[in-house]
Amino acid sequence: MKFSLTWLEQELETDAGPREIADELTMIGLELESLDDPADKLKDFVVGHVEDARPHPDADRLQVCRVNNGTETFEVVCGAPNARTGMKGVFAPEGSYIPGIDTVLKKTKIRGVTSNGMLLSEREVGLSDEHEGIIELGGDAVPGAPAAEALGMSDPVFDIGITPNRGDCLGVRGVARDLAAAGIGTLKPLLIEPVEGKFESPIKVHLDLDDETMSACPYFVGRYFRGVKNGPSPDWLQQKLLAIGLRPISALVDITNLLTMAYGRPLHVFDADKVHGDIHVRLSRKGEKILALDGKEYELDDEMTVIADEKEPEALGGVMGGEISGCTGETVNVFLESAYFDPIRTAATGRKLNLTSDARYRFERGIDPDFVLDGAELASRLVLDLCGGEASDIVIAGEKPDVSRSYPLRKHRVKELGGVEVSEEETVRILNVLGFNVTDNGDAWECGVPSWRHDVVGEADLVEEVARIHGFDNIPAVPLVRETNLPSPAVSLPQARRARARRALAGRGLTESVTFSFLPRKHADLFGGVPDAVNLVNPISADLDVMRPSLLPNLIDAARRNADKGFGNVSLYEVGPQFAGENPEDQATVASGVRAGLTGPRNWAGGSREVDAFDAKADVMAVFEQLGVSAGSARISTDAPAWYHPGRSGTIAFGPQQVLAHFGEIHPGILQAMDAGGPMAGFEIYLENLPRPKDGKSAMRPPLTLSAFQPVERDFAFIVDDGVAADDLAKAAQAADKKLISGVRVFDEFQGGDLEAGKKSLAIAVTLQPTQATLTDEEIEAVSGKVVANVAKHTKGVLRG
Amino acid sequence: MQDLEALKSELTAAIDGAGDLDALEAVRVAALGRKGSVTGLMKTLGRLDADERKAAGQAFNALKDEIAGAIEARKTALSASGLDARLAEEKIDVTLPVRPERKGYVHPISQTIDEVISIFGEMGFTVAEGPDIEEDWYNFTALNIPQDHPARQEHDTFYINAEKEGRRMVLRTHTSPVQIRTMQSRKPPIRIIVPGRTYRSDHDATHSPMFHQVEGLVVNETTHMGHLKGCLMEFCRAFFGIDDLPVRFRPSYFPFTEPSAEVDIGCTREGGGLKIGAGDDWLEILGSGMVNPAVLENCGIDSAKYQGFAFGMGVERLAMLKYGIPDLRTFYDSDIRWLEHFGFAPLDVPSLLGRAVG
Repeated sequence: MKFSLTWLEQELETDAGPREIADELTMIGLELESLDDPADKLKDFVVGHVEDARPHPDADRLQVCRVNNGTETFEVVCGAPNARTGMKGVFAPEGSYIPGIDTVLKKTKIRGVTSNGMLLSEREVGLSDEHEGIIELGGDAVPGAPAAEALGMSDPVFDIGITPNRGDCLGVRGVARDLAAAGIGTLKPLLIEPVEGKFESPIKVHLDLDDETMSACPYFVGRYFRGVKNGPSPDWLQQKLLAIGLRPISALVDITNLLTMAYGRPLHVFDADKVHGDIHVRLSRKGEKILALDGKEYELDDEMTVIADEKEPEALGGVMGGEISGCTGETVNVFLESAYFDPIRTAATGRKLNLTSDARYRFERGIDPDFVLDGAELASRLVLDLCGGEASDIVIAGEKPDVSRSYPLRKHRVKELGGVEVSEEETVRILNVLGFNVTDNGDAWECGVPSWRHDVVGEADLVEEVARIHGFDNIPAVPLVRETNLPSPAVSLPQARRARARRALAGRGLTESVTFSFLPRKHADLFGGVPDAVNLVNPISADLDVMRPSLLPNLIDAARRNADKGFGNVSLYEVGPQFAGENPEDQATVASGVRAGLTGPRNWAGGSREVDAFDAKADVMAVFEQLGVSAGSARISTDAPAWYHPGRSGTIAFGPQQVLAHFGEIHPGILQAMDAGGPMAGFEIYLENLPRPKDGKSAMRPPLTLSAFQPVERDFAFIVDDGVAADDLAKAAQAADKKLISGVRVFDEFQGGDLEAGKKSLAIAVTLQPTQATLTDEEIEAVSGKVVANVAKHTKGVLRG
Repeated sequence: MQDLEALKSELTAAIDGAGDLDALEAVRVAALGRKGSVTGLMKTLGRLDADERKAAGQAFNALKDEIAGAIEARKTALSASGLDARLAEEKIDVTLPVRPERKGYVHPISQTIDEVISIFGEMGFTVAEGPDIEEDWYNFTALNIPQDHPARQEHDTFYINAEKEGRRMVLRTHTSPVQIRTMQSRKPPIRIIVPGRTYRSDHDATHSPMFHQVEGLVVNETTHMGHLKGCLMEFCRAFFGIDDLPVRFRPSYFPFTEPSAEVDIGCTREGGGLKIGAGDDWLEILGSGMVNPAVLENCGIDSAKYQGFAFGMGVERLAMLKYGIPDLRTFYDSDIRWLEHFGFAPLDVPSLLGRAVG
């Protein structure tokens, strides 16, 4: 919302300078966005008196002027036809910056005569495109005075951000009222002198609305003017609008804009001769069309408020007038509309039609119902003053909405909620200046809410009014004391595990990536797809249109992008959500990672190799380890999802309902479909599925029992079918004697050679840990026998000869 | 006796001349071995008479000890130089690079969230969470943003296909719905922070369709705006590590708080660069306010008895300001060069107490 200092001063009696006002605006919640003083741009320029102008000795079209800047006289070469002795213009000395031609002025010799400055045109000053001649200032301009002043451009312009609750500050008067409450001056009284009607309006207004739809426009004030002349508006009005960036159009339109900007009271003027019969306020009919003042045609549904004549809609209520009945230079008879339109319906209409306007902006935030008639009267006076003619009696349809209400403000509440002591006197003063009607009831003030403050709906709002005007700066900061002496843990187990998984993976050389929760549907489909329920209705772009069913596609794509930039061997991970549906329980937190290309660079100590499933498996195991998850009893199966290499991937699970993780090489077909080079190995750890430590199992560790006897290691090699899982064989060996065997490790896998086809050799090292006495050869033999037997039983493995 | 001296100097010369342990051993055998020269001398003792034998015995023994000692000394010297020689052989070029190891980094968003948690954790806040896909009731209505409220339009909401009993499902536009879920499930006193992903359908230089927020909520019987100021001033100063950081509270509007305040921190833009700290300018850093009584009532909390404050801030913005990250969009690009440049070492776990001083 823009306004100039002089405009503000028409509503507010104040001595405050623009900077002081600007700072105060921000501190009462009307945040300053910019303070633009046009005089800044013109500060180098002064009023120059052309003491003498004579033809240039060597150029027909040039003149040599002697220009007095109030203290000195300069010789200036000028090409403008209107430069002449005795005139006053805008003088730019050498060294000054000329905004219109973006040049710093230098002393130059023009056909043998030195020019020591310049007399400026409007275009050079940046006022307009006018460049026919130089600016001619009035005879009363004082040589040497700032040009900005002489040009009437010394008026600083404020631009402030208005929060959606403060529709009342979308008019200069509302801003002035807030400033007055904050102690920056006094709000000037607003005199409304009703205009006397000279005749009965030939146009009547009908609210064709029923009880249900009456809220669309419950109140309509109109007036007919005859015999007006709609020329350009006077300079003072044009200046005012220009200063805040509005284009003057004609006197009638400029009057409506003035009322909008000054009082937040949008109005509309119809060319009465183009209105057929009476005016009907009604809801639009589906398919009806209107050509709006922005020159575009809009097709309406059946829920929009229109101001129609007997034939067709002439305006979109609260949003924009129609082109057909708009006022022009030929307009003689006018019908003025000052109505109250429903914020919600107005907003919906504007949104559906994608049509914004100063009027809509105000109506959707709520205008002052008590000012509907006042606005019409103020506008009437201006119409008569600027356009002449005669006014009819006021036409009123409907009833002014009653928004009167009051709330008690308990006297201790500002302190209790706002945290600041404000004296009773000051509290009442603030509320009064803001327009509240305050009655003292002893323990509380009963505060009647002014008709323009739709945002005030309870005591907390009253506290806010007092606190914000008194100043948030004046609220003493109080430490927020902890309820316990020492802080308690801030995170839950799942939260802590996420944080720890991140750092564990980073510690293993993977770098964390944060990717979007949505992705292209074609990527989602490669990873199991997602139900229709979690498709985005309004995606930001066609390739970010569904919620992700897995973190891997985004990570694979990220690895691809890095490879495209020349960084092929990246390892990335992400800890974040994936979605199987729209319900909270369909969202799972996954720690997922991808290693691409080679394990590392070539180096003197040995080569690097391509990443494989065991890299991914190691990442999974490391996370388990760091999270204190004992997955020893979990089964590793080979049924990972289809996006993994079917023969080089695994699933770690406690059964089908509790999958802890998948790992493996990414399916080459998937990589190809995503235009990504290979190989890549990846994993997905479902953090919520990881077993929680048993309740009651505190920090206490089990007792440590150390054996006094050395462990013994024995190696075995078994020949098994190549479908036998090494893990199954190791588990069988382990189970042969749970007491004595403390560990089994597979250390070799071999196929081919003299082994028959379909067979492989698995070698294990079995550690025996005696607890009672050193093992005898016989005891070792006995255990070995049990290992061989149990392996044979579970895997049909035969001890290799 | 003359012979003894001659033998001694002869043997000493041989010992000193032994170039390695083998040569020395030969000298030892030649002197002290069974057929050695010194041993041979000892054997002559038997032929002497008692008096001579005693004197000669002492002399012979002295010579034997002396030679043995010299051999031992020479042996030690020779072993040391042998090791030295071997070690010299084993020399490597230590300027070669170490065997390659992968270095991994934590993303600045995670690091910043951990930092925020570490500070509010010290103030007694615990972390709460909620789903990314929300019913519009939690995201808007319960937060006092009714349908058709202008603020609802300004949120640029993503909708998904699903609908639940007439409630539209949205990607949460802020972390505030977790306030509602928490207040519905727990009785005051409440003191939580809520880090998480948030979504708005806006994509340009300063907006990303997904970003992160941290929400905060305190509800009890006595907390007022002075506490809000105290809490957030301390946070800002601790987060940026500037004890005298100016913090300013400015009236604003959020439907779910009343009164509402935006919080600015001091900065200066002198010399082109932005510097956080005392200066002539302000930077907006978070939004806050006293919980609107209507919101408390929507959650079944008696607003006549309870009150409190809430706040919210953008994680990326905090990270950008603290670490000088210039462009929001780069956070989600996964460019390994960016991640390594702006990322954090895995053991760099934020902690107010563990933060090194000086």
